[in-house]
Amino acid sequence: MNSAHFSYVQRLGDNALILGQRLSAWCGHSPFLEEDIAMANTALDLIGRARMLYTHAAAIEGQGRDEDALAYGRDERQFGNFLICELPNGDFAFTLMRQYLIDEYHHQLFQVLCMSGDATLAAIAAKAVKETAYHVRRSGDWVVRLGDGTDESHRRCQCALDDLWAYTGEFFAGDAIDSAMAAQGIGVDPAELAPAWREAVAAQLKHATLVQPRDDWQADGGRAGLHTEHMGHLLAELQFLQRAYPGLKW
Amino acid sequence: MVVVNPPGDVSTPALQAVRAVLDAVCDPEIPILTIADLGVLRDVRMDGGRVTVVITPTYSGCPAMHAIDQDIRSTLAAAGYGDVAIETELAPAWSTDDLSAAAHVKLRSVGIAPPAHRTKDKRALLGRDVACPRCASQQTERISEFGSTACKALYRCRSCLEPFDYFKCL
Repeated sequence: MNSAHFSYVQRLGDNALILGQRLSAWCGHSPFLEEDIAMANTALDLIGRARMLYTHAAAIEGQGRDEDALAYGRDERQFGNFLICELPNGDFAFTLMRQYLIDEYHHQLFQVLCMSGDATLAAIAAKAVKETAYHVRRSGDWVVRLGDGTDESHRRCQCALDDLWAYTGEFFAGDAIDSAMAAQGIGVDPAELAPAWREAVAAQLKHATLVQPRDDWQADGGRAGLHTEHMGHLLAELQFLQRAYPGLKW
Repeated sequence: MVVVNPPGDVSTPALQAVRAVLDAVCDPEIPILTIADLGVLRDVRMDGGRVTVVITPTYSGCPAMHAIDQDIRSTLAAAGYGDVAIETELAPAWSTDDLSAAAHVKLRSVGIAPPAHRTKDKRALLGRDVACPRCASQQTERISEFGSTACKALYRCRSCLEPFDYFKCL
């Protein structure tokens, strides 16, 4: 088994699952019906993506585990998602600003992964990149609508951006796993994605009349399994049923 | 002996029979479309008594896939095929270009605007120039990015004023 390959694919799945879990919590609580449907559908896309990535990771590992074992049978320290994915939803502005920053990243990332030497990963990316084009258009529209909206929506949107900015550095901080995968033509060195992301985000924030925060201290650790205090609570809810009744099926 | 049908070749009578049975399997969310219309059905193989059906997922999170899987099994079982295997194929990724010409006609007939062809065209991908399925007017506007299912957006015709679903390009 190529352990870097396994970890690389699994971590992509972790980002999708954890963000999908957070977004799902909006179901039934969004400000109006269409938005409720949009939020739940985006969550569905992410969880579906996690399923494909986990199934693929489990096949690479070859130890007989499956998507459920990876989603429900691992502890906090074994998850390698970005910290930004696990942060509590906050208000609507926080959720949509986070979504926009991540959607823009995924849009860049999956375009490159469409050319991965791993044919299955390339196929998953080919699907994800088109779905993400819809995600980023919606979240980007909301950033403009809220940022360039009322005083209150602008204030909330700017606060969300200020709080979230320190979590975006993790997108581009590669480690040994990324380097190995980039060298083998399977993955991408995340630092290469930074210029296009920064350019797109800067243009959108300007359009939204928001002030891009100064680059200052950046949080990290998520990809190495060092999470925020929120992650344990998230997993408790996500994994409860399989922890209480291992192997339970519908 | 393994009998494999190359794409587009359904000449083997036994395979033709299986495909005819599978024509009864429809998308649970857009029941006017069969899984063959949708392009979800990729291949059918027969090896002795075993039928292998190859399908591909549409949207990553499409909740219909599980139902389609079960419908294939129960439909084939009812037709006397007891030994059925279903394989999921990811590459090449499904696209709305895989919808058959018949699917486009069927969608329009139930008031759903079919996806524009050629998804590489950015304008089509993001749903500009969507014609009203009722009056064919190009004067339409998007109301919501997501409609009754993940694969559709909600539009409104500015000419006949009717709201309609648009099957998004993917």
